[in-house]
Amino acid sequence: MISDALKVQLTGHCGHYPSRRVGLIFVMQKLQEHYGGWLPEEAIREAAEISGVPETEVEGVATFYNWFFREPAGRHIIVVCDSISCYLCGCDRIAANLERKLGIKLGETTPDGMFTLLPVVCLGNCDKAPSIMVDDELYGPVTADMIDEIIEKTASETHGTRRAHDERNRPV
Amino acid sequence: MAQGVRTMSEIVLFKNIQKNGPELFPAGAAAIPACGYDDYVKNGGYQGARKALKMAPLEVQQVVKDSGLRGRGGAGFPTGMKWSFVPMDFKGQKYLICNCDEMEPGTFKDRALVYGDPHQLIESMIIAAYAMQMTQGFIFIRCEYRKGARILEQAAAEALNHGWLGKNIQSSGFDFHLDVHLSAGRYICGEETALLNSLEGKRANPRSKPPFPQVYGFLGSPTIVNNVETLCNLPHILARGAQWHKSLGLNGNAGTKIMGASGRVKNPGLWELPLGTPMREVLNEHAGGPSRGKSFKTVIPGGLSTPMMTPDQFDTPLDFDSVAKAGSRLGTACLIAFDEDDCMVAATANIMKFYMRESCGFCTPCREGIPWIYETVKAIAEGKGEEGDLAVLDDMARHIFHTFCAFAPGAQGPLLSAITTFRHEFEFLIQKSQCHTAGGAS
Repeated sequence: MISDALKVQLTGHCGHYPSRRVGLIFVMQKLQEHYGGWLPEEAIREAAEISGVPETEVEGVATFYNWFFREPAGRHIIVVCDSISCYLCGCDRIAANLERKLGIKLGETTPDGMFTLLPVVCLGNCDKAPSIMVDDELYGPVTADMIDEIIEKTASETHGTRRAHDERNRPV
Repeated sequence: MAQGVRTMSEIVLFKNIQKNGPELFPAGAAAIPACGYDDYVKNGGYQGARKALKMAPLEVQQVVKDSGLRGRGGAGFPTGMKWSFVPMDFKGQKYLICNCDEMEPGTFKDRALVYGDPHQLIESMIIAAYAMQMTQGFIFIRCEYRKGARILEQAAAEALNHGWLGKNIQSSGFDFHLDVHLSAGRYICGEETALLNSLEGKRANPRSKPPFPQVYGFLGSPTIVNNVETLCNLPHILARGAQWHKSLGLNGNAGTKIMGASGRVKNPGLWELPLGTPMREVLNEHAGGPSRGKSFKTVIPGGLSTPMMTPDQFDTPLDFDSVAKAGSRLGTACLIAFDEDDCMVAATANIMKFYMRESCGFCTPCREGIPWIYETVKAIAEGKGEEGDLAVLDDMARHIFHTFCAFAPGAQGPLLSAITTFRHEFEFLIQKSQCHTAGGAS
C-alpha cells in the first residue's frame, strides 16, 4: 500500500492535466519505484484509482512498455544493447560474458535478487559500441575485462534503504 | 581529398558542446557537464528568443519558412510548412512537443544536444511555441536518457528562475509552460502519433493519418511534434537570419546537419557539417576510414530503417534529395558502416530481430510478417536455409508495408536492399550452408 502523502502527490499530478489519464505513466513510474522496482497487483489497482483509467487498461499499459515490470526485478537492471552498431562491435560476446558472470540468461534475475539482465534497443551510444547500461550508468566501449569490475562496483553501491523492499520482493 | 574537407568552423548547434578534437564525449556521455544558464547566455544564448518575442508570431513562422529548415528527425519535411498547418485561430490549448525518443539504431545525435546544451533546446521550444502561440510544451524523452531528463528539468528550473518559462516570459505577455515527460520505453513511441498516444497515458499504438496532429493531436488539440535537432536550429536562425542559415549548406541545401558514423569505422563519432557533405568525406576524413584495414561493403545512411548504400554511391551528397535520388533516405544522417568481412545475412537477421521485438503489434503484416522474416533470415544465416526461402522473403518484403505507420516500411527498407544488393550472399549460404566471408560478423 502507498502512503497517503504519496497518494495525494500522485493525485495532484494527474489533476495538473486536462485529462487525468495523461499522468498515468508518471504515476506508474512512481509506484514502481515505491514497490521496489516492479508493479504488483496492488500497484495496478492504485494506478487505476489515482488516474481514473480502468484497471484492464492500466494492465495494458504496464505490459506494453519496456520499463514496466510485472514481476519482481533485480535491485540493479543491466541492459545490453544488441542493435546493429553494438552487434558489429561484439555485443554478443558481452552478453555471453554477463550471462556467465551472473549465472543467468538474458531476461532473468539472479536468485539473490541483485541483478536483472535484459537486452535493449540501441542506447544511442553507437560511437562507443558495445554499450551497456547499469541502472542509470552508461558504459562503453565495454570489454570483457571491464565486466567483473562493473558488476562488483554496482553490487558494492547497493543502497541499504531499499533493502526492506528488496527482501520482500525477492523472487521465489 | 583533403582539399575538399570542410573545417568545422561553422559550428552552430554544437557551439557550446564542441570539444577539442573530433570526439564529442570522450568517455561516457555523462562525463561532459551540460552547459549551464550563465555560460549559455555568455555565448549569446536566448538572443534568438529575445528577438522572436519582439516579432509577430507569423513573422517568426515566415523566418523559419525562409530559412529552408527541414525536419531533422528523418523525414525532412519543411518545418515552416509543417507549422503553417496549425490553425492559428483555434481557441483552446495548442501543444508543442519535442520528440527526444531517439531509439533509431545507429543514431546518437540528440543525446549530444540534450546532455551537452539543454538551454539551447529550451530556447528553441520557446521560439517554436511563440510562433504558433502554444502555451504548453512537452519534451518526450526516452527512458534510457533519464539522466538527460534530469539535466533538462534542472535547466528548465533555471530558465523559469530567469523568466524564460512560465507566465509572461520576459514581460512579453506570452506564457509558456514546459514539462519533461520521461517515457516508459518503446521504439514505436518515436512515431509522432504513437508518441501522442503514449503521452496521453495509453499504449503507444500509432494513429491513422489524417487527421494530422497539426489539427487533431494531443488530446484532440492542434499539436506540433518536432525533433530535438530540428528545434535546436531555431535560436540561430532567429538570431542570425534566414539567409545566413541558407548559406550554411552546400548545393542549395540549408543549414548544417549533425552527421555520425558507427560500426566499422576507425573513429566513430558525431560532427556538425554542412548539409550536402559527401558521404565519402564523412566516412574517410571524419570517421577515419574502415577500422579493420578492410574496405567498406555497405553503409546504412540514416538509422536502421534506411536502405543500404554501396561504395559506388559514396559520392552522394548527404542531403535529403540526393540520398533519396540514390534510392535511400538521409534519415538521421548517422551512418552505420559494414566492411567486406561482415556477413550481410547475419546482419539482416540482427536487423529483423530488432523490428520483430519492437513492433507494437497493432497491424497484422507487421506483427506476424516480421517474425516470419526474422526466422527465415536467421535460418539462412545459420546454414539451415532452404530452396525457396528467398522467394518467401521477396514476397514478404513486398507486402509488409500495408500498415498504419512507417514502422513496417522501415523494416522493409534494409530487408529489400539486403536481398537485392547482397542476394549472392543469401544464395551462397542457402547452397553451401556457410557464409562466403571469412569470419562473418564479429
